[in-house]
Amino acid sequence: MTTKLFGTKVNRVEDQRFLRGRGRYVDDVLPGPTLHAAVLRSPHAHARIRAIDVDAVLDIEGVHAVWTYDDLTGAMAEPLPLLIPHPTLTHGRTQYALAKDEVNYVGEAIAFVVAEDRYVAEDALSAIVVDYEFLPPVVGIAAARAATNLVHDDVPGNVGARMEQENGDARAAIAAAPHTLTLDLDIERSACMPMEGRGTVARWDPDSARLQVWTSTQTSTGVRAAVAAKLGLDLGQVDVITPDVGGGFGVKINHPWPEELLVPLAARTLGRPVKFTEDRREHFISSAHERAQVQHIEVGYDDEGRILGLDVEFWHDHGAYTPYGLIVPIITSTQLLGPYKPANYRVVFESLYTNTVMVTPYRGAGRPQGCYAMERTMDAIAKDLGKDRTEVRAVNFIQPDEFPYEHGLVFQDGRPLTYDSGDYPASLEKIKKLVGWDEFEQFRAEMAAEGRRVGIGLACYVEGTGVGPYEGAHVHIETSGKVKVATGLTTQGQGHATAFAQIVADELGVRFEDVEVVTGDTRRMPYAVGTFASRAAVMSGSAIHLAAKRAKEKALRIAADALEASVEDLELAEGKVTVRGTDTSIDLGTVAVLSNPLRYAFDEASKAATQFSVGDPGKPPVAEDDEPGLEGKDFYSPERSTFASGMHAVIVETDPLTAEIRILKYAVVHDCGHLINPMIVEGQIHGGVAQGVGGALYERMAYDESGQLLNASFMDFLMPYASEVPESIDIDHLETPSPLNPLGIKGAGEAGVIPSAAVFAAAIEDAEGFPITAMPISPSELFALRKRHAPVVEEVAQRPSRNSSVEEPRDEASRNHPTRSTDR
Amino acid sequence: MTEETHDVRLHVNGATYDVSVPPRRLLSDALRHDCGLTGTHVGCEHGVCGACTVLVDGRPTRSCLMFAVSAQDTEITTVEGLTNPDGSLGPVQQAFLECHGLQCGFCTPGFLTTITAGLAENPSPTRDEAREMIAGNLCRCTGYQNIVKAVERAAELGSAT
Repeated sequence: MTTKLFGTKVNRVEDQRFLRGRGRYVDDVLPGPTLHAAVLRSPHAHARIRAIDVDAVLDIEGVHAVWTYDDLTGAMAEPLPLLIPHPTLTHGRTQYALAKDEVNYVGEAIAFVVAEDRYVAEDALSAIVVDYEFLPPVVGIAAARAATNLVHDDVPGNVGARMEQENGDARAAIAAAPHTLTLDLDIERSACMPMEGRGTVARWDPDSARLQVWTSTQTSTGVRAAVAAKLGLDLGQVDVITPDVGGGFGVKINHPWPEELLVPLAARTLGRPVKFTEDRREHFISSAHERAQVQHIEVGYDDEGRILGLDVEFWHDHGAYTPYGLIVPIITSTQLLGPYKPANYRVVFESLYTNTVMVTPYRGAGRPQGCYAMERTMDAIAKDLGKDRTEVRAVNFIQPDEFPYEHGLVFQDGRPLTYDSGDYPASLEKIKKLVGWDEFEQFRAEMAAEGRRVGIGLACYVEGTGVGPYEGAHVHIETSGKVKVATGLTTQGQGHATAFAQIVADELGVRFEDVEVVTGDTRRMPYAVGTFASRAAVMSGSAIHLAAKRAKEKALRIAADALEASVEDLELAEGKVTVRGTDTSIDLGTVAVLSNPLRYAFDEASKAATQFSVGDPGKPPVAEDDEPGLEGKDFYSPERSTFASGMHAVIVETDPLTAEIRILKYAVVHDCGHLINPMIVEGQIHGGVAQGVGGALYERMAYDESGQLLNASFMDFLMPYASEVPESIDIDHLETPSPLNPLGIKGAGEAGVIPSAAVFAAAIEDAEGFPITAMPISPSELFALRKRHAPVVEEVAQRPSRNSSVEEPRDEASRNHPTRSTDR
Repeated sequence: MTEETHDVRLHVNGATYDVSVPPRRLLSDALRHDCGLTGTHVGCEHGVCGACTVLVDGRPTRSCLMFAVSAQDTEITTVEGLTNPDGSLGPVQQAFLECHGLQCGFCTPGFLTTITAGLAENPSPTRDEAREMIAGNLCRCTGYQNIVKAVERAAELGSAT
């Protein structure tokens, strides 16, 4: 009997090549003698380009070509696409592949050099002379709102978009509420920072007039369409292959990056393969960031803490351009609601231009900010009413019998924000038990007796996952009985080759080892969307399941014919179709042979399918409504997203002297519906939590007032090492299946990072006793806050700490605002 | 002006590679592009992330901080050299497989080489020592918990052989 693999820990098939050093990432691709590209990037945040002199470049031995904007023609000379337009994005702007007349952030591409190797290409960059006229830079949300200076001359107030959504009448509800309070919150920039940066290789075959592109992307079909359009090629002339990708986390869903167009252009022009591999500094200053928002919240609530009206206004820093539209702030504004049902809700945001690297989704994609706003509000209400923080949350939960729950808002996919399933009270009970919520006061007292200071925090989230429009899959059972599966979205570490093979092996009753999954190759599956929004398992998992079912139906039909049995009596297991309860069976490989009527035999097996062996001479060998081969193809296109949820809790210790913040316990309750492979899901949670710890306690993009990124290296941008993350994470799963897809699954990829800013702010606030309203928070900031809240505290020496190596240019204490509450 | 090159003999994973490289060519680039050993990955090119770690005469070394010309006459081990002689996964590799110690796989070669050297020095580390052993390498996917477990598992596997 074949064991069911769905839901079990299966070691990953892709690990074999990764562990042997045989992974194939873009920089490993070498399609013949390859030239190497380097990009001249703006050293200024805001400047007009008066002239570019490239004369000296071509004298350098080993340089093949240089491009500036003036060398671009046709669609290449137009701005890069605005991928997701929205009616409220009235002033959307995108950059050019190479800057035209003006640069708007440090790192914007100006010139593109192709040479024998990267070293020479970089030498050549230093020979390019650019004459700049400096313009005043706009850095940070305050400067953008003040609009003393403009990023783009034709965008008044630096406002790209203003969007408002309301369900009910929030302002009236707040005005009539017995209790109200106001919160001002601040959250800073971080970035995806995959260990592998961006990279692209292209080869032009002049004989067939075809282009092959390998790129480190989260959407090969998206890049393919963009390259074809920009280079004036038919779609059929372009193949895009996504090889192994060294991490994405969102930054590689934006496309096309300038280099994704310039590399193919250069390859076609020069008739040689060309490669661009982004280095780390380039990744900091020319790929995307996320997270920065300033939030103003007004809330009215009853004596139990039930929210009667919630009015949120926030300002979102989207950097210099808006290629990814308003997705991040729209997600913040809708997913902010989490598991709660405020009676009236209004949200307004402005998406603002600054002269900094552009903002596109980073794991969580606006949700961490929304969760932070909502959960800080819940904590503030609890504090105001003197109630336990879990009680206030519980009275606001959507109840299990209220699904599907409609919020009366429009979600990021243009569909109604409707939750499909969940059980938030059950999650709350689990997280309280897991972290020891009810026992914490005793623990706090014990620690206090030792002179130690601890705090506990909790944060809840709901994550819309598996957004459309669709994904597809192709399943091919070969005559060997092996199964080849293709789906179009890409993989960057999620173990798709394993999880998807589990689904197929179960459905077809074949050995797991006999299933091979290919992702992100437009030659194998040209219709696809991409890997983002925790959608791969939901979308491609479902599509693969459906495609495998089709292949199975066909196998049973052919086998029934061959075995002279009825389909209902057949079962598929161990690579064979068997007549149930008998020894009569046929190998799946033989069924594949029979599915494809042959004229020519090429081995023993195929003889069985030749014209004198099979078929009714009175009928066409392939019936009119059939096709040769044992294959199944299908697409999955859900009506709307499915909503995963979870709760995190953390216990922190803050050093009374140094303000160092240490994690004592981290607990996660996670509900992503049915789990395909619990090992992979837990790995995703671990990784998300680590990124969350980074975002809450260590990582920030330290721009100075002239728009220079001061910490653009791993030395200064403090990503967590093993020494900064929780030693272990206690995880408990809840499985409320989604009714929207055949497998009952919900996405899991982003969840781990969503509650981090909220949960750490809550725990630190609990330890310290004063409001934490600005994240991330470093020990030096916490130290400054302590001084502000207890001005008589005696001065103590501060040990140097890892966290204080990047000092904030502004007054640290000023980032943390008091909470103002009013009781009527 | 033609760039001056030097003939360098690199001994990598028991094989000899004669390469002609400019003085400024990094060992990481020479391994990847001149020797074709692309298992060694470059994550930052400033010696912080540890993805490019190889063993030079047994010691973990950031190959992005070493010039190829200075690797002459050394014995270099890369991730490709960590498998058992019969081609099966070595103990550290096997432990990563069993403990789900990797996701995208990009930083993994640097962890495998670092841990190989670490366990040679301390074959049975405590949990804290295991964490300390990997505390100089960055991983953006796993959160490290499973990598620490893999160090302990590799120690078990190593002591069993």
